[in-house]
Amino acid sequence: MTRAVEVRDLVKTFGRTRAVDGADLDVAPGEIHGFLGPNGAGKSTTIRVLLGLLRADSGTVRVLGADAWHDAVALHRRLAYVPGDVSLWPNLTGGEAIDLLSRLRGGVDRTRRDELVERFALDPSKKCRTYSKGNRQKVALVAALAADVELLVLDEPTSGLDPLMEAVFAELVTEAGAAGRAVLLSSHTLAQVEKLCDRISIIRDGVVVESGTLAAMRHLTRTSLDAVTASPVDLTPLPGVHDVTVDGERVRCSVDTEHLDAVVGALHAAGLRSLVAQPPTLEELFLRHYATAEARS
Amino acid sequence: MSTTTGLGELVRLALRRDRVRLPGWIGSIVAATAGTAASFPTTYPDAQARLGALMTIDNPGTTALVGPLYGEGDYTYGIMVGHQLLGMVAVVAALMSIFTVVRHTRAEEESGRAELVRAAPVGRTAPALAALVVAVGANLVLAAGLTLALGGLGIETVTWRGSALFGAAVGAVGLVLAGVASVTAQLTEHARAASSMAGLVLAAAFVVRATGDVSVEGLSWASPIGWAQATEPFYADDGAPLALALGLAVVLLAGAVVLGRRRDLGSGLLTARPGPARAGSALSGPFGLAWRTSRGSLVGWTLGVFFFGLFYGPILSESSTFLDNVPVLEEFVPDVEASVAELFAAMIIGVVAIICAIPALQTVLRLRTEETSGRAGPLLATALSRTRWALANHVLALLAGAVVLTAGGLGLGLGAAWSMDEPSWVGTATGAALAYLPAVAVVVGLGALLHGWVPRAVGAAWLPVVVGFFFSYFGELLDLPQAVLDVSPFTHVSQQPAVAFEAAPLAWLSLVALLAIGLGLVGLRRRDLLDA
Repeated sequence: MTRAVEVRDLVKTFGRTRAVDGADLDVAPGEIHGFLGPNGAGKSTTIRVLLGLLRADSGTVRVLGADAWHDAVALHRRLAYVPGDVSLWPNLTGGEAIDLLSRLRGGVDRTRRDELVERFALDPSKKCRTYSKGNRQKVALVAALAADVELLVLDEPTSGLDPLMEAVFAELVTEAGAAGRAVLLSSHTLAQVEKLCDRISIIRDGVVVESGTLAAMRHLTRTSLDAVTASPVDLTPLPGVHDVTVDGERVRCSVDTEHLDAVVGALHAAGLRSLVAQPPTLEELFLRHYATAEARS
Repeated sequence: MSTTTGLGELVRLALRRDRVRLPGWIGSIVAATAGTAASFPTTYPDAQARLGALMTIDNPGTTALVGPLYGEGDYTYGIMVGHQLLGMVAVVAALMSIFTVVRHTRAEEESGRAELVRAAPVGRTAPALAALVVAVGANLVLAAGLTLALGGLGIETVTWRGSALFGAAVGAVGLVLAGVASVTAQLTEHARAASSMAGLVLAAAFVVRATGDVSVEGLSWASPIGWAQATEPFYADDGAPLALALGLAVVLLAGAVVLGRRRDLGSGLLTARPGPARAGSALSGPFGLAWRTSRGSLVGWTLGVFFFGLFYGPILSESSTFLDNVPVLEEFVPDVEASVAELFAAMIIGVVAIICAIPALQTVLRLRTEETSGRAGPLLATALSRTRWALANHVLALLAGAVVLTAGGLGLGLGAAWSMDEPSWVGTATGAALAYLPAVAVVVGLGALLHGWVPRAVGAAWLPVVVGFFFSYFGELLDLPQAVLDVSPFTHVSQQPAVAFEAAPLAWLSLVALLAIGLGLVGLRRRDLLDA
C-alpha cells in the first residue's frame, strides 16, 4: 500500500541557509503522525514542499503516491491543509472563505460544514478582518476538516485556540483517523501530540533525528523510579542506573529500560515498601533532544 | 491620574512614527503648490495670455473641478493661485488630516497596540488627544509653509497677505476633516472604514461645492471647501468665512472626545453588519475571488476617470482660444493637420490611458500581496493551479483596463459633445481611449512577467507608467528622440483623434503583452511561492 507521505533525503536551501538538510519522513495510510521540532527546525519548510508550494532542491517527495511538485493540483483534491498562521481576505466573511476554499478543492459538503461550524462555535457571518487569530484558525480548520480527503496536513493548527476548542480539534482528528484518513500534525502542544499520534518524527536543524511510536521511543530512554525500601540500598554500582539520590530509605534514580529488571530486583531484595515508576513524557524526550543540541553547539 | 496623563509621551511617539510621513505630506503639498504658482508667469507671460487662460477656464466643467472664478476680469497670477489651486490643495490637506488622525486612533486600537499603551499609566482621552495635537500641528505647519513658500516667490499680485490667507484656508479645511476623522474613528471598529467614511464626507463636501458653484446659488456655503474659497485670496482677502471652519472643527473635535468617553476600547459606536454566512455562486473560483478583493477599488477608479474625462470635455471647445494665447503650450502639440480640439483630446486621452494602467497593474500586483500575506498558500494547496490563479488576475486586470479606458473616453466624449453640441465626440473619444488597451496590456504583461520570474522586483512594473507620465508632459518639450520615446508602450499608439488610426502597432503591442503574460505564467510554475 502506498504511503501517505514519503520523503527521502529532502534538501531545501534558501540562499546560504539549509532549511531542510536531508530529511526523511514517512506517514502510513490512516496514521496520525506527529511532526515535532523547535522553531526554525524545518517543519514548515518540509510541509510547504509536501504541498508543492516550494520546490525541493534534491530528494524525493511523494504524497499519496504522487510527486508533490509535478502532480500538485491533482494531489490537492485528495488532501487538505491548515497553516499555523491563517491569513484571510479581510472583506470576505468567514463562511464565504470556507465555501471558497472548499469549492476550489472540489465541492462543499454542506451538512458536514455546518456541523463543523457548530462544533467550533464559529460565527460564519462575520467579516474575516474582525476575527481573532483563533477564529481565523477555525475558518481554516472547518474548510479542511469538511473535505472528504485522504490526507490532512496540519501545521500547528491549534495555535490561538482555547483549550475547549483544542478538545474539539482533538476529537475531530481522532474521528479522521478512525475514518482512515492520514494526518500529518505539526504541533508544539506536546500533550496533544502524545494523546493523538500513532507515530512521531522529531526534526532538528533540518534533519529528522528520531521517528517511531512513542512507546518505541520510550524504550530507548530511561524510566524514572521513586522507591521506598525496608533497608537502604545502594543502586549506584548497577549498570544503566543514573542520577541516584538517596534520602534515608527513599531512593530516586533513572534507569535505562533494558536494565530495569535488575534494578527492580535489587529494590525487591531490599524489601520494597512503595514504588512509583514513570516512563519519560514526550516533553522529556523532546527536551533531551534540545539539550543535546544545545550541548553540541 | 487625569484623563490626559501621558499626552506628551504619546505626541512624541506619534511624531517619531510619522517623522518621514508627515514631512513628506507637508513638503510635497508646499512644493507642488509653490512650483505650480511659480510656473504661471512663464506659462502666461503677459496680460493677453492671462486673458486667454481666463477664457479657457471660464466654463462649468472647470468651475466644478477647481472652484468659482472671482475677481473683476483681470486674471492676475494671485487669482490664478487662489482659483486653480486652493480647492485641490485643500482636498489633499484634508486627506493628510484624515489619514493622520485615523492612523493614530482607530488603526492603533484595531491592531491592539492601543491596548498596550492604555494598560500603561496613560489617561483615557490621551491617545485621541495626542492624535489631534499631531493633526492640528501638521495643519499649522502646512499653513505656515504655504504662506512662506507662496509669499516668498515674489510674484506680482501673489501678496504676503493673500499667501497667509491661502495657507490658513487650506489649514482650516484640514482641521475640519481632522475633526470629521476623529468622529468617524469613534464610530467604526476598523481603520479602513473610518478613513472611508471621512473620505465620503470629503467627497460630499467637494460635490456640494461643485454643484453650488455651477448651478445652485448659495449651496457652496454648506461645504468647508466652499468656505475656504469664499476667502478669495489675492483679491478680496476676506478671512471671515474661515471662522465657520474653525468653529465646526472645534465642535467636531469636542464631539469626538465625548463619543470616545461613551465606548469601550476597541469597540465602535456602530457595530459591524454581519455578512452572508455562505458564499454566493459568484465566489467559486479564482476570478470571483479576484473580483471580490478588487471591485471596490475598480469601481472607484472607473468613476474617478469618468469624471476626470467629463471635466476636461468642456475645455476642448475653448482650447483653440487657449492655444492662441498661451504660446508655450504649442510646444506640447505635435505638428500635424488636425483641429486644436482634436489635438487636445488626443493629449488628454494619452494621459487618461496612462492613468488607466494604474488600476490594471494594481490588480496584477495583488498576486504578490496574496503571497506575502500568507493567503496564497492555503489557496494553492487546494486543487487550484498556479496558472489558473494568476491568469484569473491577469484577465481581470485587462478587463479593468478596458472598462476604465472606456469610462475615461466616454466621460471626455460626453463632456465635449455637451459643450460643443457635437454628439460624434462620444464615439470618437471612446474609440481613441480604447485604442490604448494594448499599451495597458503591455504594462499588465510586464507585471505578470516580473511576478513569474522575479517576484521581489515586481514593483519595477510601475516604470512604464512613470515614464509614460513623464513623456506625456515633457516628451515634446524636451525634444526627446523617438528612440527614447519608444521605450514607453504608450507612445506607440496613434494619438487619435489628432492622427489617423493605425492597427499595426496595436497588433504587435498585443502580441508583446500576450507573450509577456505567457512567459510570466511559465516562470510562476517553476518558482517557489513567496514566504508569508
